[in-house]
Amino acid sequence: MSVILVFLQKAIAQGVCMLFGASGEIMTEKSGNLNLGIPGIMYMGGIAGLMGAFFYEGAVENPSPVIGLIVSAICAILCAGLGGLIYSVLTVTLRANQNVVGLALTTFGVGFGNFFGGSVSKLAGGVGQISVATTASAYQAKVPLISEIPFIGPVLFSNGVLTYVAVALAISLAYFLKKTRTGLNLRAVGESPATADAAGINVNRYKYVATVLGAAIAGLGGLNFVMEYLGGTWTNDCIGDRGWLAIAIVIFAVWNPINVIWGSFLFGALSILYLYVPGLNRGSQELFKMLPYLVTILVLIFTSFRNKRETQPPASLGVAYFREER
Amino acid sequence: MAQANMTKVQEPFVRMVKRDTISMQKAWAIRLIAVLLSLIVCAIAIVPITHQNPVEIYAGIVSGAVGNSRRIWVSIRELLMLLTIAVGLTPAFKMKFWNVGAEGQILMGGLASAALMIYAGNAMPNWLLLIVIFIASAAAGLIWGIIPAIFKAYFKTNETLFTLMMNYVAMQIITFCIVFWENPKGSNTVGIINSKTQAGWFPSIFGNAYVLNLIVVLLITVVMSIYMKYSKQGYEIAVVGESESTARYAGINVKKVIIRTMALSGAICGVAGSIIVSGASHTISTSTAGGRGFTAIIVAWMSKFNPLAMILVSAFLVFMQEGSIEIATQFGLNKNASDIITGIILFFLIGCEFFINYELKFRKKHEEEVQA
Repeated sequence: MSVILVFLQKAIAQGVCMLFGASGEIMTEKSGNLNLGIPGIMYMGGIAGLMGAFFYEGAVENPSPVIGLIVSAICAILCAGLGGLIYSVLTVTLRANQNVVGLALTTFGVGFGNFFGGSVSKLAGGVGQISVATTASAYQAKVPLISEIPFIGPVLFSNGVLTYVAVALAISLAYFLKKTRTGLNLRAVGESPATADAAGINVNRYKYVATVLGAAIAGLGGLNFVMEYLGGTWTNDCIGDRGWLAIAIVIFAVWNPINVIWGSFLFGALSILYLYVPGLNRGSQELFKMLPYLVTILVLIFTSFRNKRETQPPASLGVAYFREER
Repeated sequence: MAQANMTKVQEPFVRMVKRDTISMQKAWAIRLIAVLLSLIVCAIAIVPITHQNPVEIYAGIVSGAVGNSRRIWVSIRELLMLLTIAVGLTPAFKMKFWNVGAEGQILMGGLASAALMIYAGNAMPNWLLLIVIFIASAAAGLIWGIIPAIFKAYFKTNETLFTLMMNYVAMQIITFCIVFWENPKGSNTVGIINSKTQAGWFPSIFGNAYVLNLIVVLLITVVMSIYMKYSKQGYEIAVVGESESTARYAGINVKKVIIRTMALSGAICGVAGSIIVSGASHTISTSTAGGRGFTAIIVAWMSKFNPLAMILVSAFLVFMQEGSIEIATQFGLNKNASDIITGIILFFLIGCEFFINYELKFRKKHEEEVQA
């Protein structure tokens, strides 16, 4: 029983990072921008939050965990948003190909994260690894009292604050897209920008805002990973492929933020399953780690088989909108 | 325009006009400006980190990339690898098939050649082994490329994410093999394969280890540019890329073209893997492809599939990468600095295409006064 408890809890912890990434990507994709830079943006968010906390903890005598949390969250959001801005300027204003820009942004972001993650401590005149234990403790704090409830407590309430932020964000994103006027406009931009333009919607502004906000949300995923999962440190390539999996989850969830919530936790579970299946040796563990990717491939194939209208991507996803070429 | 006089429409400060044509010189001048701007931004990024002046930094980059003959050959080796992969990706992208799976195809090719080096190292003479390695690695890359292509052709399965996921499956297969091949035991790395016998290594020609790489890569590049430009199949690829409906109307078997082209693209990427493993690193790990599969996509796209432009763009990127790695090591920083530099350069190169395709027209003060 306790093994299952630990497994569920770890699966959720693993999934949160991807939940942020996937929510951000849905927001972006609803505007018709297919941002393949999300993996890089998650690195940017993660390292910026880490650096913010690092310099804050270095500058103050007695760093407070809560202020560290606020500072690092702001840094992560700003830096990740900057990544989204670079993407928007290049694809919306300068009309460059979305895939190419996204891949370049990922190269840049991953390098950005790894470079500063490996060197910031040295650049600041210190030695060894970057570590912000005080701030990380704020991120890792469990919900008091109710986390003591048997079974439900450890599984649902023993995660850090960002876990609940992630779920709340996904739910409010679903509400925003389905029930609000602005959400409707945003979806219109993604489905048919020419129609939206004719209806007086400022297509470029929607694309910019959705992409930058989406990137900022994805950046929180990177922040969650370095703070809660790694405990305020950095290892090379630490976020790994979670950004790509986040993009895959968007397809898995057929562009519905509610599906993203359980989809992310399912992917989290798949990615750690190899630790909990008994009787695996080192070799077969490696084969088990393929599961999330194989599942993604199966989902891709499956969704392409059945062409239901509700399960389709935004109609003009990945297609740039040029007003004069209507 | 008559209305403009009556209601006095506010002309925007700047508007863009699509260019019909642009002279070769002007296009290259714009690209040169973008390159210069990117160099300035790179310098701005490096200066606060190293506290050197920009001139010293660029002197350092030049010396790091081409400072002595060993560095020159390392740069050439890197250039050749990037070029092979970009050439391999060209047919797929010309067909508008987003093959983001070059990394996986390279890894599978590398895996095939590593396996042959380990298991068949002493079974045959080296020249024969190398031929077998080329064939096997091409086949491995081909299989990895053709799987997403079949699904794309028959079920329109999204190829971008499919090929991407294939990269990670390939990585896991490699870590799986490393468990059996690790040397020394417990190190979790394969180490240099056949370091004594050098079986399956590219032989030195004229006393240089990388001349064979050069020959193979140039051969692939020349053959592929002829294939793309003058063969019927190359033409079919271009038509399918422009419009699938047109292709179908013209009697081209679109499914067949998609699968055949991806087979070719995957095979070349597989050979690139063997060039990396047999011709350079002589080992295999999950970072054997090292992101080159992604950088090569951008190289191929920006060069508009022109082989000469591809050489130029790859040379510039490799030059900056090798140079910045050198600077980073000098200051004891980590070598991911080169990815940041690559990213900045790519942003500028991608962005400048806009100014080649469009012309900015600024509002003219005088005209408006006259009209008013």
